[in-house]
Amino acid sequence: MNLTLRIWRQSGPEDKGRMVTYQVDDVSPDMSFLEMLDVLNERLILDGDEPIAFDHDCREGICGMCGLMINGDAHGPQRGTTACQLHMRQFSDGDTIDIEPWRARAFPVIKDLVVNRNAFDKIIAAGGYITAPTGSAPEAHSVPVAKANADAAFESAACIGCGACVAACPNGSGMLFTAAKVTQLSLMPQGQPERYTRVIGMVDAHDEAGFGGCTNAGECTVVCPKGIPLTSIGRLNRDYLAATSKRGDTPGT
Amino acid sequence: MAVTGILLVLFLIAHMLGNLKIFTGAMSFNHYAEWLREIGAPLLPSAGFLWIQRVGLLVAVLLHIGAATVLALRARAARPVRYAHRKKVRGSYAARTMRWGGVIILLFVIYHILDLTTGTLNPIGDPARPYANVVADFAPARWYVTLFYTLAVVALGFHLRHGVFSALRSLGQQTPRGEQRARAVALVFAVALCAGYLLVPFAVLTGLVS
Repeated sequence: MNLTLRIWRQSGPEDKGRMVTYQVDDVSPDMSFLEMLDVLNERLILDGDEPIAFDHDCREGICGMCGLMINGDAHGPQRGTTACQLHMRQFSDGDTIDIEPWRARAFPVIKDLVVNRNAFDKIIAAGGYITAPTGSAPEAHSVPVAKANADAAFESAACIGCGACVAACPNGSGMLFTAAKVTQLSLMPQGQPERYTRVIGMVDAHDEAGFGGCTNAGECTVVCPKGIPLTSIGRLNRDYLAATSKRGDTPGT
Repeated sequence: MAVTGILLVLFLIAHMLGNLKIFTGAMSFNHYAEWLREIGAPLLPSAGFLWIQRVGLLVAVLLHIGAATVLALRARAARPVRYAHRKKVRGSYAARTMRWGGVIILLFVIYHILDLTTGTLNPIGDPARPYANVVADFAPARWYVTLFYTLAVVALGFHLRHGVFSALRSLGQQTPRGEQRARAVALVFAVALCAGYLLVPFAVLTGLVS
């Protein structure tokens, strides 16, 4: 396959950046999308040019490092797939492919296609944890968890924090990520002590980081490589409503 | 957004049911309009209830627009550099047109008040004869009024299609089956309200009401 790539090049955070066109020939349909970029980078290095910077780590679709806006689709055209697991057979010979970084104020570009997702860490730090005694792991069966709750919590826990939800959202909102991280804990008995301070803290951290507000447009769940459902945002909203009517400093509320 | 939206929706239902009284004849319709002014009498002065309702609706509309403006400004600020290649929102046409649809509805409401409440833009404009005002408004010669009215009502339908679902979600709808139900309720409600509001102008246009 011969492809024309239009790739966002930006030498650093201060650079304005622009789309640059590259020609890549003899691409195998069995290559992954990132391997195709590797081939292009090898050629750029041989030519003495600066290779294209992009994030990647496990290349197995489970680490959440890779993230590219491919032809306006977060992680490319295949649903439920990260960019590293996307194969070139999804494209045809002669295609022009536009590759851009995630676009959000909270995700500033570091270089080319690499963005800083530190804002997600700040949201986690604001409440994405439980208080548990350290030491040996307790007997798993000592705390009963309803099957439906365990399933729903696991569905949310599948979030790899790649940021595709923010990239696709017409409002630049990170609410699907926040909801996944809130609900995976609020559904479990271990998550109850901090349940209501968690949701307030994490939503506040989300807003402070410069993400937009959620309008339930539903774009996020379409592009999410882990299929986090939109209903998790409803669950977050319900916790938030309950939290705003409770006072943490009064016993029994 | 959700709470003010629900208040406005309750008014829309009452307003539509009132409109449909036009099919019971001029006497009945005019009497209904007269009754609206007398609700709460003698405790409230004439049109007292109407003014309470108007103030309530105005507050709800302003809060609704305020919240929408905050969301729109935050969305703009959240993505300072635009995508060079951007796909259309796949969620739904309704979700994509919430903001501009809302602006169209606002412009229509302003026109609608000048037309059928104050009578400024109505060919008859006599507050004592609401039935005649409506019939004159949607006369076939004034087809452009009916066209604008239809566009605004359809915009309202789309606004409700996403708005009703979104409001239920904001207030904590959280199960997958509930989501399907909420979307179905939003669709049926939007279509029913559209049909109810469009019945009157088209009945006048086709001569069913004259």
